[in-house]
Amino acid sequence: MEKRVTFSRWTIGILFAVPQLFLIFTFFYWPAGQAVYWSLTLQQPWGGGNIWVGLDNFRSILSNADYWNSITASLIFAAISTGLAMFIALVLAALTDRQLAGSWLYRVVLIWPYGIAAPALALAFRFILAPEAGFMAVVNQVWPGFWDPGLDGTDAMASIIVAFSWKYVGYNFIFFLAAFQAIPRSLIEAAAMDGSGVLRRFWDIQFPLITPTIFFLLVINITESFQDSFGIVDIMTSGGPANATNLMVYKIYSDGFKGLDYSGAAAQSIILMVLIVALTIVQFRFIERRVHYR
Amino acid sequence: MTIIKRGLAALAAGVLSTAVAVPAFAEPVKFDFWFGLSGDLARVVDTLCKNFNESQKDYEVTCTSQGNYDATLQNTIAAFRAGKQPAVVQVYDVGTATMMLSGAYKPADKLMEENGYKIDYADYFPGIARYYATSKGEMLSFPFNSSTPLMYWNKDAFAKIGKTEAPKTWEDVATDLQALKDAGYECPMAINISANESWQLMEQFSALHNQPIATKNNGYDGLDARLEVNKTKFVQYVTDLKKWYDAGLIKIKSKDLGQDMVQAFATGTCQVILTSVGDHGTVGRTQKEGMKWDVAELPVYAGTERKNSLVGGASLWVLSGKSDAEYKGAAAFLNFIHDPKTALFWSTNTGYIPVTKSGFEYLKSQGFYDKAPYKGREVAIASLTASEPTEITRGVRLGNFTQIRAEFGTQMQAIFANKVSVQEGLDTLVKNGDAILDRFQQTYPGKTLP
Repeated sequence: MEKRVTFSRWTIGILFAVPQLFLIFTFFYWPAGQAVYWSLTLQQPWGGGNIWVGLDNFRSILSNADYWNSITASLIFAAISTGLAMFIALVLAALTDRQLAGSWLYRVVLIWPYGIAAPALALAFRFILAPEAGFMAVVNQVWPGFWDPGLDGTDAMASIIVAFSWKYVGYNFIFFLAAFQAIPRSLIEAAAMDGSGVLRRFWDIQFPLITPTIFFLLVINITESFQDSFGIVDIMTSGGPANATNLMVYKIYSDGFKGLDYSGAAAQSIILMVLIVALTIVQFRFIERRVHYR
Repeated sequence: MTIIKRGLAALAAGVLSTAVAVPAFAEPVKFDFWFGLSGDLARVVDTLCKNFNESQKDYEVTCTSQGNYDATLQNTIAAFRAGKQPAVVQVYDVGTATMMLSGAYKPADKLMEENGYKIDYADYFPGIARYYATSKGEMLSFPFNSSTPLMYWNKDAFAKIGKTEAPKTWEDVATDLQALKDAGYECPMAINISANESWQLMEQFSALHNQPIATKNNGYDGLDARLEVNKTKFVQYVTDLKKWYDAGLIKIKSKDLGQDMVQAFATGTCQVILTSVGDHGTVGRTQKEGMKWDVAELPVYAGTERKNSLVGGASLWVLSGKSDAEYKGAAAFLNFIHDPKTALFWSTNTGYIPVTKSGFEYLKSQGFYDKAPYKGREVAIASLTASEPTEITRGVRLGNFTQIRAEFGTQMQAIFANKVSVQEGLDTLVKNGDAILDRFQQTYPGKTLP
């Protein structure tokens, strides 16, 4: 018979959970509750008082064309940067797993970008992508006016996507590589002996077996692209040109902290929270069905 | 072991020495000053604070840079809500309306009076004093670092087109820029069109031409002021800037693109820029070897009766909820900063201008403006004092003006990227700006600007 360690009384279990619950309450539920309260009032920044306005904050935000533009920009950013970061990481991890020459090098080097703070890497990319001084200046020499993130919204969006993806390629790579290496060698060797090529083995054996990791990374990448993009946008584009890169999280910052509109910013963060929760539910509900856990 | 022992001994000695030292002197009253300058300027402020601490024994100010103006205001608000605010804080020009409604300050004029300091408020340049004063003329805060924009022009380039003087009207500027381009200069003039340039392009232009930015005398007379830049001379100005940009006479330069306009001017890439007198020192220090340049007042359209330009920069606010002893210290500190000798120190080490007539006279008497690196900065005073401030050249007193500036940047970018026409862009600026003002007014129900 299997031996189980159980708590004789449920109170002990609760006691063990209390520190964790306390932390979650202090750092998540309490601030989130406060944000909900602020979003239903008009707060004077210096704390001189507030007035209850019900859902007015939400109404004015949702009737603002700039806000919808910001949602669209965020969704485009999330989709492309997640796709790019995961695809590149997957290819690199698959190559590394095949023990190609120099794979030990990727393994070390590719982890570094994730360790770099977003503003620092944004600063680096600002130099690289500067149309007059950086790498892109060379391209502009050949095709004048090709690259102009200062006025062209698409170019600016491309810049922040490249910077964000570059950071998350490293993160995704670590997980993909671990997933590949957890696949028993015997399966792949057996397939190889049956005469299947590299690509066939990848699609029929490796890919199905790493779907849990792909799913996990999809959820994390999408969530992070909504939240972790702030530093990159702030340094590289400040939301411009003409709001083309004014992502939701950056708009919250600029309205709330620069504009001292705490209530409007609180309402926007509630909307952002709801959106992320909804996206995550959709992913679990519809995409997870195709995931095979062993 | 010996290390630990030694450490303990040192610690004990330290404790003893402070214990002995305390009764020997009366401990100076400590208070905090938060400011928003960084880099070189922060070091100058630190020296200023050190000078104050060494000039007397009763008070000790601790000066802390918060990085930039926005962060200073944000951090001060957070500290105030937690009851840990500094005694004195530097708040930028456009934060004045927010401060006035905050109820979180102690009026500077009252503070000085209570502590027995006599300040001659008429000594302040009216253009500077009125920007920060209430509509009735009371000084709730003390002007500190002050600047105004100038036109920087490259004398070498203008010599090539046979000019020895800076253009005074925008019509002349257009002719000169075309001539510069014909003479082979790739970038006759540089501008930037982000939120920050609202200052020189919209606010200063409007003041010089005596055009309103908003109703109710630019907001001085009430929170129900609304923007009206879409029907003033400003429309023509933006139309011209866009025309010159399309003709290749103006290039956009910003840090994001690789080179900001001050660098572009200092390296000789661009021949004309409009920027703060505060950049005078930077251009001098970083300029291309041997390049000849000068500054002039911002141009106006022909036939305009020139008015005073607006002051930019920040003022010092004393916050409420501190002890009497700290207020005494704060008053002594403000009095120290008001001193003409401090003005000389400040203007020598930064590009900022003196804020009082006596400070300006003192600098002149010391021969400050005769010497090479500082020569030309007196043009800023001439620009600020070009006229008595009118009802609308006192300044801009609008709530959440930072957001309106951001909106300015957004719409200018849309205009310059040909997404909207000039009139459409400015109409949207007014519409979105009014929504911001409307929200500000709703946040402070029943309150009025002092």
